[in-house]
Amino acid sequence: MSNGHDHHDGNDDHELRVSKIRDGTVIDHVHGGQALNVLAILGIDGTNGEEVSVGMNVPSDRLARKDIVKVEGRELSQDEVDVLSLIAPDATINIVRGFDVVEKHRVERPDVVEGVLSCPNAGCITTGDEPVTSRFSVLEDGVRCSYCETIVRDEIASLIDT
Amino acid sequence: MRHDHLITSKQLSRADIETVLDYAAEIDADPSTVADRQAGTLLGLLFFEPSTRTKMSFETAMKRLGGDVVDMGSVESSSVTKGETLADTVRVIEGYADALVVRHPKQGSATMASEFVDVPLVNAGDGAGHHPTQTLLDLYTIRENAGLDDLTIGIMGDLKYGRTVHSLAYALTNFDTRQHFISPESLQLPREVVYDLHQQQDGTGIREHDALEGILPSLDVLYVTRIQRERFPDENEYQQVAGEYQIDAETLEAASDDLTVMHPLPRVDEIAPEIDESDHAAYFEQAHNGVPIRMALLDLLLSDDAGIRGDGDE
Ligand SMILES: [Zn+2]
Repeated sequence: MSNGHDHHDGNDDHELRVSKIRDGTVIDHVHGGQALNVLAILGIDGTNGEEVSVGMNVPSDRLARKDIVKVEGRELSQDEVDVLSLIAPDATINIVRGFDVVEKHRVERPDVVEGVLSCPNAGCITTGDEPVTSRFSVLEDGVRCSYCETIVRDEIASLIDT
Repeated sequence: MRHDHLITSKQLSRADIETVLDYAAEIDADPSTVADRQAGTLLGLLFFEPSTRTKMSFETAMKRLGGDVVDMGSVESSSVTKGETLADTVRVIEGYADALVVRHPKQGSATMASEFVDVPLVNAGDGAGHHPTQTLLDLYTIRENAGLDDLTIGIMGDLKYGRTVHSLAYALTNFDTRQHFISPESLQLPREVVYDLHQQQDGTGIREHDALEGILPSLDVLYVTRIQRERFPDENEYQQVAGEYQIDAETLEAASDDLTVMHPLPRVDEIAPEIDESDHAAYFEQAHNGVPIRMALLDLLLSDDAGIRGDGDE
């Protein structure tokens, strides 16, 4: 697959729902309903003028329903991509330049995520007024606060520090 | 010992533990040999919640090593009430002292504080988190009474909120131990702790029970903790549960003559006073062991030569 269509599921009908981008990143195969969490985890809320298109619950061959996020003018760093793995483990990342996909990555689980999630434990030192950045180690089946050691397995998206 | 800070018992290897315990035993046998070891050294005591005994134990240990302490004083009278962060407090006191001891109500506080300082920092309790010096003195007491290998230990009471229990359980996985956890269902070990124990010791040495009865005869050590009234919504429920996890002379009839009974203190009514005079009781000895253990630990953390043993080559 070398043409500009390979970040879609090869279905023109779907393409109409999410416009093409010239330069930037397409995050595809995000589990249905997680697109807004993907934006949150990337710290993208539109206030910096980013041009963002989101397709939600689009039919997909690989996932029954998937979300697609396209961010114009921004190429995601490997760190950002890794963090996405927590909520979008099957995501594919397409870096687009001049309407062509020039790089395609799968997300990989990082060992640690910093400053992205906030600890759900009200007794944790990171939830107070201390000048400390949250830090979670990534387990096989969840994440764990590096400070209070609380393990979160479900609903990691709800911890996203927005 | 090659740690800058002591935050959790998890960071201690078997060799680390044995280094501290062996050194504590030497100190216990003849404290005069270390009377000047830390002359001129100042230990900063930062207790953000009251704990007179733990604080006095550290203070005594430092003074018996020839050093001294500077004390932040009570939280009420300090700048903490004016909203100063822990991060700021430790950075300020680091300028006065050669090492810090921190007790703070929030979990993870010692870990965070250690990231802001260069001097050794000892966690003296971070909320429901860790209390590693308690663990070291528990291990010391267990070793003196029952040995640390081929050990069957029962740990009973409030296992959910008891940080001393969690710390001890982690440390014991370094040794050949069988650990039996006895508690009401509502106060079982947190799943996170069980997860860690299984990570550390493939889980084979870990069993959970809701009654002491069946397991008591096989125990070398019974470590009793307090079930706190405030954990229960109503008094009746508390009375029902608490009664089942109290021990008296009659309970111990089924135990081995060599059973050692421990308790981190303070106790309320978990252990009947009649047991105090028996050979089973080790809890006051346990409390006394806090000083030699903390002397050994502080000297190891504060000395370039890793203490008087001079074998800091691990
Ligand atoms: Zn936490």
